[in-house]
Amino acid sequence: MADIKDESTRRDFIHVASVSAAALGAACVAWPLIDQMNPAADTLALSTTEFDVSGVQEGMSVTVVWRGKPVFVRHRTRAEIEEASAVELSELPDPQTDADRTPRPEILVLLGVCTHLGCVPLGQKATDPKGEWGGWFCPCHGSHYDTSGRIRKGPAPTNLVIPPYKYISDDVIKIG
Amino acid sequence: MSGPKLTNPVARWIDHRLPVFTFLHHEMHEYPTPKNLNYWWNFGSLAGITLVIMIVTGIILSMHYTAHVDHAFQSVERIMRDVNYGWLIRYIHANGASFFFIVVYIHIFRGLYYGSYKAPRELLWILGVVILLLMMATAFMGYVLPWGQMSFWGATVITNLFSAIPLVGESIVTLLWGGFSVDNPTLNRFFSLHYLLPFVIVGVVVLHIVALHRFGSNNPLGIDVRGEQDTVSFHPYYTVKDMFGLSAFLTIMAAIVFFLPNSMGHPDNYIPANPMVTPAHIVPEWYFLPFYAILRAVPDKLLGVLAMFAAIGVLFILPWLDRSPVRSATFRPIYKIMFWVFLVDCVALTYLGAKPAEGIYVILSRLCTVYYFFHFIILLPALSIFETPRSLPRSIGKSVLRGGNGAPAPAPAAAREKS
Amino acid sequence: MMTLRSKLITLLLSTLISAPFSIIANSAESIAFPSQEWSFNGPFGTFDRSELQRGFQVYKEICATCHSLNFISFRNLTDLGFNENEVKAIAAEFQVEDGPNNEGEMFERAAIPSDVWPTPYKNDNAARASNNGALPPDLSLIVDARSGGADYLFALLSGYHKVPAGKEIGEGMYYNAYYPGNQIAMPSPLVEDGVEYGDGTRATLVQQARDVSAFLAWATEPNMEQRKRMGVMVIIFLLVMTGLFYYSKKKIWSDVH
Repeated sequence: MADIKDESTRRDFIHVASVSAAALGAACVAWPLIDQMNPAADTLALSTTEFDVSGVQEGMSVTVVWRGKPVFVRHRTRAEIEEASAVELSELPDPQTDADRTPRPEILVLLGVCTHLGCVPLGQKATDPKGEWGGWFCPCHGSHYDTSGRIRKGPAPTNLVIPPYKYISDDVIKIG
Repeated sequence: MSGPKLTNPVARWIDHRLPVFTFLHHEMHEYPTPKNLNYWWNFGSLAGITLVIMIVTGIILSMHYTAHVDHAFQSVERIMRDVNYGWLIRYIHANGASFFFIVVYIHIFRGLYYGSYKAPRELLWILGVVILLLMMATAFMGYVLPWGQMSFWGATVITNLFSAIPLVGESIVTLLWGGFSVDNPTLNRFFSLHYLLPFVIVGVVVLHIVALHRFGSNNPLGIDVRGEQDTVSFHPYYTVKDMFGLSAFLTIMAAIVFFLPNSMGHPDNYIPANPMVTPAHIVPEWYFLPFYAILRAVPDKLLGVLAMFAAIGVLFILPWLDRSPVRSATFRPIYKIMFWVFLVDCVALTYLGAKPAEGIYVILSRLCTVYYFFHFIILLPALSIFETPRSLPRSIGKSVLRGGNGAPAPAPAAAREKS
Repeated sequence: MMTLRSKLITLLLSTLISAPFSIIANSAESIAFPSQEWSFNGPFGTFDRSELQRGFQVYKEICATCHSLNFISFRNLTDLGFNENEVKAIAAEFQVEDGPNNEGEMFERAAIPSDVWPTPYKNDNAARASNNGALPPDLSLIVDARSGGADYLFALLSGYHKVPAGKEIGEGMYYNAYYPGNQIAMPSPLVEDGVEYGDGTRATLVQQARDVSAFLAWATEPNMEQRKRMGVMVIIFLLVMTGLFYYSKKKIWSDVH
């Protein structure tokens, strides 16, 4: 917006200073207006979940809620652990060793969300179908997961995700 | 006047097909504005900017607010405590409403003092009164949303007013409530309309500015612009003056938002609404107090409601009540005094609106209400006929070659031709 | 511009601007109480964390029996200076309802930091039944919900003076020098040495009243310090910008005036 009248004043320092101050002010105002959309304090407080795994009996599975999603915690039997470790990596659509998926073989912690399109696979309850590899079976489009939660057959592209978690004591894990 | 010098080829391509740049250049850059405007003319742009602030903060708040009687209060507290900068956005929105009214009331009183409502700006003025009404409806519904004690009981009292209408009153109130008392249906529809009306206000503001640009701004002398010597281009003179005014305004608003954020509110609204317990004193927000005082001053329920609406109604017909051809109070010695008396009357009504309807407050409220209507309905028309104005100056700016050819105006209104 | 006129206008405007504040502050029945010095008063006020912790102790051991704190979660207590483990330990002292479990029943479990402070009563009716029909109000917003805020709270809590001669007190009510109407349904909750402070401060009644009032001021507005800190910076910035635009305006208008 050049104007003959203000050409001589445009370059005046005072005007540059005022307009720059206004621009800086506008930028500073913009940040809170955007940041308010980031997760609020109460949402962040629920971003971690602690869980005592000693309550899960051998052969049983428990579902824990973390960030609004199901997390499967399974206390695997000897047989299930051996099956999971004995697999040839070349057989796996998404190769990953069982050891890489859990620091403590008896306890398996997985995000219970099918990596195909997000349904919750069956296999937590004793009466659920567990698929051909004895792990989990997703009824939506027929993905089969093994006892390590790895995809074996079906449209899912990758293994069930291992959520970030660590043992904060002998039996308590903190997820997230 | 020439269009903008567009060097950027993209800008030229757009402007040729949709002349936004030419339009803005004409309306906001070279637009001739009287050069003698004082700081009372800043309040229009302040009102516009406050409207934008309210819309932006309001849209953000509605991302986190839940309009259900069981969750509304709690959702607002969640905004205050958990949402990032939620407390800031909420305090800006709540105090922004008060500042919006402060700015608009000053803007209106400027119009009253300088005769900005007179020909040919009658419609500009009427559009302004429409904006005021929309603001009042918006603010009323907005205050209900936090669902505190004052929210609920203020809504109950004011919606109950409509039952004063004969025959259909009760049905209208039931329709407004969506039930048999202020409850969840009421809250939900108020939320919907509170979100809608500000955009209606934006539309009317556009019309208001179009009407303004038809004849240009009035000025403190109240005499017409006669030529280039009386005006300056809007940019940079008034853009920089408006920026200065805005900075000063934001400083004051920041002082309140950051250090006295609850000073203009009522403590009872921090108590969740309880339909079984009425607060000791139901008080509307301060900007409604003068109208509340007028409402309570009239002993009859229906007449009280009519008086309250008439208080705004008189503003609509003001250009026809005050027919003095002299615009500015600067040259109307009696009107000038009566303006200040009127202003004191409005402040008194504001004060009285917060007082309990007892004793001396009732008498004073009635006196002030009578005076309010006396000012518009009797005094102004009388002054149009009987006041002898002072001589008007010849022109706004010092003209170089020719003087303003307007003769001084000593004669009373009846003898003069309306421009 | 005549000086007198400018003065009158300024006077009128300041009355106008201050009118809203004085209107709201006056309440027909409220009794005047002295204002206090609080660490959080004023534009540079901050909370005194040891005072808040003492006040929290008073709340937890005395007030929480009857008064809920619905908008405070255990995780908010890190604001008082407790670390994450201390907060977990405090939370674990309380039981909260959870469920339904796989059998469809609600059950009780130890609270965790993300839980809200548990209510002392299941619902309002239960609260009234246990308190002679009176409902102990939630305290999370009490400082903003009462005219006078923390000053009023302190006056109230330390205002259980001896009943003046000739004053009639209703059945189940107690005399308080500052409660509107002078009769309150709550007996004096504080007594001399009613709690044992961890930091060794003598727990006089007045000391407890001060500490818990400060704690409730925090509970009402935990973000107060951030608000005032930001306010100082924003106002300094705006004053500078106002000054800059003032000089810009003067410069641009110099050829007109």
